[in-house]
Amino acid sequence: MDGKYLIMIIGMAIVTFIPRYIPLAVLSKFEIPDIIVDWLRFIPPAILAALLAPGILIIEGKLILTAQNIFLIASLPTILVAIYKKNIFLTVLVGMSMVILLEYLL
Amino acid sequence: MSRRQDFKSGIKQAVPIIMGYLPIGIAYGLLAGKAELGIIGTVLMSIFVYAGSSQLICINMLGQNTGIFTIVMMTFVVNLRHLLMSASLSLNLKNTDRRILPIAGFFITDETFAVGSSSIEKYNHKGYFFLGLGLVSYLGWSLSSWLGAGLGNILPELNSSALDFVLPAMFIALLVLQLKNRLDILVAVIAGLLSLLFVQILPGNWNIIVATVIAATVGVGIEKWMGNI
Repeated sequence: MDGKYLIMIIGMAIVTFIPRYIPLAVLSKFEIPDIIVDWLRFIPPAILAALLAPGILIIEGKLILTAQNIFLIASLPTILVAIYKKNIFLTVLVGMSMVILLEYLL
Repeated sequence: MSRRQDFKSGIKQAVPIIMGYLPIGIAYGLLAGKAELGIIGTVLMSIFVYAGSSQLICINMLGQNTGIFTIVMMTFVVNLRHLLMSASLSLNLKNTDRRILPIAGFFITDETFAVGSSSIEKYNHKGYFFLGLGLVSYLGWSLSSWLGAGLGNILPELNSSALDFVLPAMFIALLVLQLKNRLDILVAVIAGLLSLLFVQILPGNWNIIVATVIAATVGVGIEKWMGNI
């Protein structure tokens, strides 16, 4: 491996570590004002939805909302299982089975 | 519950994450191993950087002869979203032994944050729970990229995208667990819609950051407004 790649990997490691660590180190030291705490409490649902929506609906850069989007169709029963069973493993299992089934059918 | 037990609970909860990392890690290893990085560089990147999407983008950019400075800057932008996760986790890890915070920070990924933030409240030793979760996910990622780089060509080609659906399905389950009232649902819907909009106009992963910040701010705004009437 060329030495410049080692420098690249070290650079990537540093710039990735900084945003992962600094808020944890700084914010855990202070009493945070209530309004910021309230704001931070909305981060998990907001960020999960922001990650999930493009993951399911965007395929190769395009928004696809038709039945051709297997992930979109598979998510509907997956969401129902998640709501009624509240079980991660079962939800993942149903999701994967739906994708296999849809690939077979379509 | 002892530290040890909470650490073990973290390990158990990492199982769906490893299932999701395995196909992505192998895919990354395959691509990176074929490029100039070689097996050692491929695995070193997983060990030191540990951020799947930016690693895949890096390999893609190397293939287009992009300079390493540009790649490092791109990595920074793509991984900046962890800032929000780290800030959110700081609420849970307030009373944790400060010596483990750098390691806990290093272990923050979309997936460990998603699993961690939905169940960390239950544990007394929250830091140790997160270390267990993070360590196993980290080993899963590093090993699967080594598998891809080392054995890639002899692994059977899988013709189904079922494995690609493991992480989205896990996110669906975790998001559902996070939604505790109607305001949470509204915030999630706003974040999802904005993310879809911005992914088509903003570069890098800015869609995630901008959508999350706006949606959380709207959520706080509505909460305060409802409290005042």
